[in-house]
Amino acid sequence: MTTRIDATFAELARQGRSAFVTFLMAGDPDPKTSLDLIKALPKAGADIIEIGMPFTDPMADGPSIQAAGLRALKAGMTLKKTLAMVRGFRNDDTTTPLVLMGYYNPIYIYGVDRFLADAKTAGVDGLIIVDLPPEEDGELCLPAMKAGLNFIRLATPTTDDKRLPAVLANTSGFVYYVSITGITGSAGADSTAVGEAVARIKRHTKLPVCVGFGIRTPDAARAIAQNANGAVVGTALVDALKANLDAEGRATAGTVTAVADLVSSLAEGVRSARQAAE
Amino acid sequence: MNPNLPNSFRTGPDERGHFGIFGGRFVAETLMPLILDLEKAYADAKADPEFQIEMNGYLKDYVGRPSPLYFAERLTEHLGGAKIYFKREELNHTGSHKVNNVLGQIMVARRMGKKRIIAETGAGQHGVATATLCARFGLECIVYMGAVDVERQQPNVIRMEMLGARVVPVQSGSRTLKDAMNDALRDWVTNVHNTFYCIGTVAGPHPYPMMVRDFQSIIGIETRKQMQEAEGRLPDSLIACIGGGSNAMGLFHPFLDDPSIEIFGVEAAGHGLTQLHAASIAGGRPGVLHGNRTYLLMDDDGQIQDAHSISAGLDYPGIGPEHSWLHETGRVTYLSATDEEALAAFQLLSRLEGIIPALEPAHAIAKVMELAPKRPSDHLMVVNLSGRGDKDVPQVGDILKGRKKP
Repeated sequence: MTTRIDATFAELARQGRSAFVTFLMAGDPDPKTSLDLIKALPKAGADIIEIGMPFTDPMADGPSIQAAGLRALKAGMTLKKTLAMVRGFRNDDTTTPLVLMGYYNPIYIYGVDRFLADAKTAGVDGLIIVDLPPEEDGELCLPAMKAGLNFIRLATPTTDDKRLPAVLANTSGFVYYVSITGITGSAGADSTAVGEAVARIKRHTKLPVCVGFGIRTPDAARAIAQNANGAVVGTALVDALKANLDAEGRATAGTVTAVADLVSSLAEGVRSARQAAE
Repeated sequence: MNPNLPNSFRTGPDERGHFGIFGGRFVAETLMPLILDLEKAYADAKADPEFQIEMNGYLKDYVGRPSPLYFAERLTEHLGGAKIYFKREELNHTGSHKVNNVLGQIMVARRMGKKRIIAETGAGQHGVATATLCARFGLECIVYMGAVDVERQQPNVIRMEMLGARVVPVQSGSRTLKDAMNDALRDWVTNVHNTFYCIGTVAGPHPYPMMVRDFQSIIGIETRKQMQEAEGRLPDSLIACIGGGSNAMGLFHPFLDDPSIEIFGVEAAGHGLTQLHAASIAGGRPGVLHGNRTYLLMDDDGQIQDAHSISAGLDYPGIGPEHSWLHETGRVTYLSATDEEALAAFQLLSRLEGIIPALEPAHAIAKVMELAPKRPSDHLMVVNLSGRGDKDVPQVGDILKGRKKP
């Protein structure tokens, strides 16, 4: 079965370039602005959209994304509303892949089967769940595959060659390589080390490999995109969003534009990269 | 009786770290290889007689074990029912049961060649124990502590710093134990290559709940022997306070397969179960946080709720996964005590027995005050006096003078 994610990577391969993957938190700073933001992303050059599902205790996230989640929760965001937001996005856009990223507990409480059915209907293409390693595949990964959703796994510098096959076994869509051991918003690894790591992963899989953590500028995005099938930017976008809120943390007239402008310049960086030889 | 009850309550967890549906390994991929290494290192240590001999040496001469089993004569007379014994864990070096577990984990860390130790702490008792053993073995020590707890447990903050540890006040979330654990996990993800995470309770990803339980089981093992010596038989009931639940698990586990023994865990009911509290079993339901599935306080969207307890050590919205399983199988009965009940017990014990307990075991004493009068005089009740109250003296003093509300 071909998903929107598979189709997008096939098209990008045809164009000879890497994907630009953006992350924003659902409901940050409020549900309406958040929907306007994600609707603006494809036009600004995002190829794949990751949407964070807010959680009170994001143990792998740094201060920026923690704060984004808390802003969203304070604005009344829930998993149900996140799925409604995806439906809102799909009213206008039926091609851009959309991946939900977050932690397991809200999904577990929503109910795994109900969540997968509702997510599929809403137009979600894939899931990245930080606290579900392959050892817990029975929880959500295998049911998600059955439901026709990609389950995108994180590989990290500690995922050695011995462990990679286990990590890749039930992964689909793409592999998300976390370039450092650390939390979101940390400084990234240099592009040479990342290139070597991506090559190592590619020896074990035919799936596209996207790289995230520590990419903040068009130059950094270009450098990563030369060595990987995609570059993921999250914290820099969340920071740009926050910098354009008012003193009470509410959206301003410039919020969506500011984020879209940064997405455009980062997308330029990715598009100017030469696709590394496969 | 539930037909699905196990033949033994002492064989868990399974190889994937599950106690029934509880437990597991819900962690980021970055940590998973290290958790598998730790599982192996601990299994090797457990099978190595040298490890046990070395640990027993430190338990005896450094910690001061065995801790006494003390007949609380005046409390027994006052309550007029069961014969009450205290397991005196507050007499251990560092002032609580926490040191039993930290000693074991630091010895495992040394076997793994780790030089940097991180810990989370609520009341500061686990932090102090970790700082103490890091000083003893010359290891770097960083303790994450919620900013609220840094304020209300100042004596322990000063102790940790004197012992050479760096105390990091955690400003995220509710700024208590849950958030300290989040930040410790973030540190661990970042410094996974050289860092050992010394978890203070029977929670977290497998193998921690099992490993911490094993190290704390010395409490129950000694109690069995000491009660035989004192009374010629086993106790009739056990009672202990529960935050994550390590002192309780340590006392309970060696007795789980003695069906005639009643076992009670006491959660913190804070302002009351209909208001802010920290009683995960009484007021929560199963969910996934901090590496394991267990009972948690949360809202309908699966967002974790802030706990409240007068006792920083119990101020956590979860509980160890094995407790969740013991609750669901019915082997252990989980009760709760409010801030006010704990404060009353704190004062009663100070006046009657000349023992100032920590606010944490004061919750257990509060339920002893309810249960003991309903038991006959030949009923032997053991309560785990898991920590001493020196750290709480300034806070309780302020509350009693009416300057602060609990």
